[in-house]
Amino acid sequence: MKRFLIALVTLVLAGPALAQSGPLRLTITDGVIEPLPFAVPSFEPENAEAAQVAADMTRLIAQDLSGTGLFREIPASAFISAHSSFTQTVAYPDWRAINAQALVTGAVMVAGNQLVVKFRMYDVFSGAEMGGGLQFAGTVDGWRRMAHKVADAAYGRITGEGGYFDSRVVFVSENGPKDNRQKRLAIMDFDGANVQFLTDSSALVLAPRFSPTGDRVLYTSFGSGFPRINVLDVTSVGTRQLQTAEGEMAFSPRFSRDGTQVIYSLANGGNTDIYRGDIASGASTRLTSAPSIETAPSLSPDGSQIVFESDRSGTQQLYIMSANGGDARRISFGDGRYATPVWSPRGDLIAFTKQNAGRFHIGVMRTDGSEERLLTSSFLDEGPTWSPNGRVIMFMRETQGAGGTSSLYSVDVSGRNLKPVPLPNGASDPSWGPLQP
Amino acid sequence: MTFLTKAALLGLIVVTAGCTRPDRFGAGADDAAANAAAQTDQAGANDPTSPLFFNQTIGDRVLFTVDTSTLTAQGKTILDGQARWLQTNADYLAIIEGHADEQGTREYNIGLGFRRANAVREYLVSQGVPSARLRVTSYGKERPIQVCSEESCYAANRRAVTVISIASLS
Repeated sequence: MKRFLIALVTLVLAGPALAQSGPLRLTITDGVIEPLPFAVPSFEPENAEAAQVAADMTRLIAQDLSGTGLFREIPASAFISAHSSFTQTVAYPDWRAINAQALVTGAVMVAGNQLVVKFRMYDVFSGAEMGGGLQFAGTVDGWRRMAHKVADAAYGRITGEGGYFDSRVVFVSENGPKDNRQKRLAIMDFDGANVQFLTDSSALVLAPRFSPTGDRVLYTSFGSGFPRINVLDVTSVGTRQLQTAEGEMAFSPRFSRDGTQVIYSLANGGNTDIYRGDIASGASTRLTSAPSIETAPSLSPDGSQIVFESDRSGTQQLYIMSANGGDARRISFGDGRYATPVWSPRGDLIAFTKQNAGRFHIGVMRTDGSEERLLTSSFLDEGPTWSPNGRVIMFMRETQGAGGTSSLYSVDVSGRNLKPVPLPNGASDPSWGPLQP
Repeated sequence: MTFLTKAALLGLIVVTAGCTRPDRFGAGADDAAANAAAQTDQAGANDPTSPLFFNQTIGDRVLFTVDTSTLTAQGKTILDGQARWLQTNADYLAIIEGHADEQGTREYNIGLGFRRANAVREYLVSQGVPSARLRVTSYGKERPIQVCSEESCYAANRRAVTVISIASLS
């Protein structure tokens, strides 16, 4: 707890100065304390059919940007000039007067089910356009994706980093009491919209993991009464069992970076070790051979190393080894137990679950174990997953007691902007997929 | 394993079919419906060869302390009874399900459940039960039978349950 408080204090002191000199650029370092003000006048409908979707898209773009905690929307009621036409010249003084540092304008056209959105961005205080105009074409049904794409582009132009709005999360949807909980795989947009179920609740399913391209999902199913790894095709929703030897119990899978292999845990009797298997052939290689529990493996972005948890020291701790197995070095040395390590897509950090003094935390540390920071604290926080740009972590939080339920939360890697993902049912085990093409 | 399907076909012994699928909540003694069915279909708890006798009189489960898979003296007494029953009733196979309480992460608790189930399996083998008649699985923290977030519930959830099923139609 003490460390947690210290981390927060450090972040407050490290907040970036927003006084602007030179072109608009928000550097995401340890967290933004004063969000950058922006304005998004309602996107111009280029025909009557586009009116509703233009308004809806504008709201969603603003919501995406504000939802990061990095930006603050200036309400339209404060606007001095009504920017009603996409092609009109920007009246910079009017936007400066209300301290809008960034201005996003756009136009939407609808023809049948076809939708085209155009947008521009302006650095108000420099009085210059940021990047050129951009145009995305899609379907009216897919208007949320088009809005997310605009928001990703805006986020990218201000921060210089990739966004994460046009991405999906696969997770376990939960219903029912703790002693009769029904679990099924589901997929949603990153913001909780467009939930679709991928399995029914006839078999217990756990811990789905997206492939690097988001086309497939690995998960653990207890359909046979024994844990087995299945592969599911997201588009066709077809499922097949990964080949493992009869009598072997496999769980905790993740794809290799090229999507052709899976690293996973296998229990043999009472011993659990980590293996690597080829998805096409079923051939497998054992990577650890300790009598302890080795599980929750996660590959580094370059595929050369694996971070995993092991209780070989007596309690769960984090270790890193070569992707081919062999000697492992311990990286976690703080109080308590460390579990479910996940390597950041940026390669710089490892997110984990920490259990200490009756509380659970989501935390991050550098890959050498230094600079540990706890981002959350609750009765049960577990199972972090990274946004595609490595700036946000989603995880599950379960409440205490007989009526305890699970839900998904996200938090910035800075520890700020903790918030629930709005979903109609209970949810656990999120796996954040890549930005969609 | 074909015994799963064979047992499922055995409409004669309802309780056995019910217990065959380990994908249930703490199979056996807690299952009122299965018990009621067993009492109408067979001699029930008074018949020492009945699954009900195994589940209720001998005891189908042993409990563990936090984050351990060490058998207690009380647990060994129960397992001694299970071993004798399984040797006497040679038509039965068993799946030993390991479970953990909610104080732990999902993957680790699956590993811990395997440890507990395997501790039971090894003890039963040491007492003369052929290992070919025993299988282990683990549900980790996924199948609590008590739902409070207190030690009284956790203690009941940290368990290994021996789920018996009939091996053949002989």
